[in-house]
Amino acid sequence: MSEVIVVTSGKGGVGKTTTSANIGTGLAVLGKRTVMIDTDIGLRNLDVVMGLENRIVYNLVDVVEGNCRMKQALIRDKRYPNLYLLPSAQTRDKSAVNPEQMIKLVDDLRDDFDYILLDCPAGIEQGFQNAVAGADRALVVTTPEVSAIRDADRIIGLLEAGQLRSIHLIVNRVRHDMVRRGDMMSVDDVMDILAVPLIGAVPDDEAIVISTNQGEPLAGTDTAAGQAFLDICRRLLGEDVPFSLPNVSYGLLGRLTSFLKRA
Amino acid sequence: MKNRRTAVRKRNRSGAIAAKRLRFLLAADQTGFPPEVLAMLKSDLYRVLSRYVDVDASGLELSVRRTDGNTTEEDVDFPAALYTVIPVRSLRLKGTVS
Repeated sequence: MSEVIVVTSGKGGVGKTTTSANIGTGLAVLGKRTVMIDTDIGLRNLDVVMGLENRIVYNLVDVVEGNCRMKQALIRDKRYPNLYLLPSAQTRDKSAVNPEQMIKLVDDLRDDFDYILLDCPAGIEQGFQNAVAGADRALVVTTPEVSAIRDADRIIGLLEAGQLRSIHLIVNRVRHDMVRRGDMMSVDDVMDILAVPLIGAVPDDEAIVISTNQGEPLAGTDTAAGQAFLDICRRLLGEDVPFSLPNVSYGLLGRLTSFLKRA
Repeated sequence: MKNRRTAVRKRNRSGAIAAKRLRFLLAADQTGFPPEVLAMLKSDLYRVLSRYVDVDASGLELSVRRTDGNTTEEDVDFPAALYTVIPVRSLRLKGTVS
């Protein structure tokens, strides 16, 4: 039985695409047949984060309009045996696809994949409505900031109004050192305010920038963020993974302390 | 005494300020009440309560939670609930209430 998951946030720039790329990769690492769909028509990015931008021939709109078969548009990620990407169109806009077409597109993939991951555009307009239409469950990405959490709350309200019942929260870019000194809302604060169950917290990790620079997702690698993303994937598969925020250290002193602690 | 001072300091850190602003903002977003009305509601609550107990006005919080969807509250048949946090300096009742 396949599951369709939409990754959404409302606000832009909180890490939706990075999260999609890493959860897609993580699920594939865990042996699940996974397809990632970039639903941000006109502003495609998932291909770049995945490092697959040079392999695009056809895109989502081509499939919907019947210019090609689904198989021709899917890009297989050679680094992971089970991972595919359906890229978005760059020269079209959101109105090129409607929710009914998205539902059909997703349903056509259900037989071939365990997980269908939809990377949703920012905002609450048609692109969001398209992405959400075919989803079984939602992952709402936010950062511990007032603006991002406010938008996440709005998105959660819209998802609930749209009868989507399985909604989980990902708190991205957590700075443990700042939380400890009281200058950042904790994951508990965010959960308490949004009243949605947590599926994972991802530390603010330099390794993410490096991974995006290189076009190589880091889920499952020996980095704090990589482990956090893999934990989220395990929880998606139903495993009971304890919540522990990995300690990322900042600056020389922080690194020295964590080195001494490890020694 | 020291604990209290740390608690006060923590409450004034930017993380706590963010959480407090957010709760108020979301209460306004979700109820659709204008922020001024919510502020009035808050100050009226404070006025009424402080007739009985010594309320710490700076810590008073108001928020809204949806009761449908994923929340775990049982047997709820209303769409949302108003929550308040009302810190009191002492639980002693003020004077005699007539």
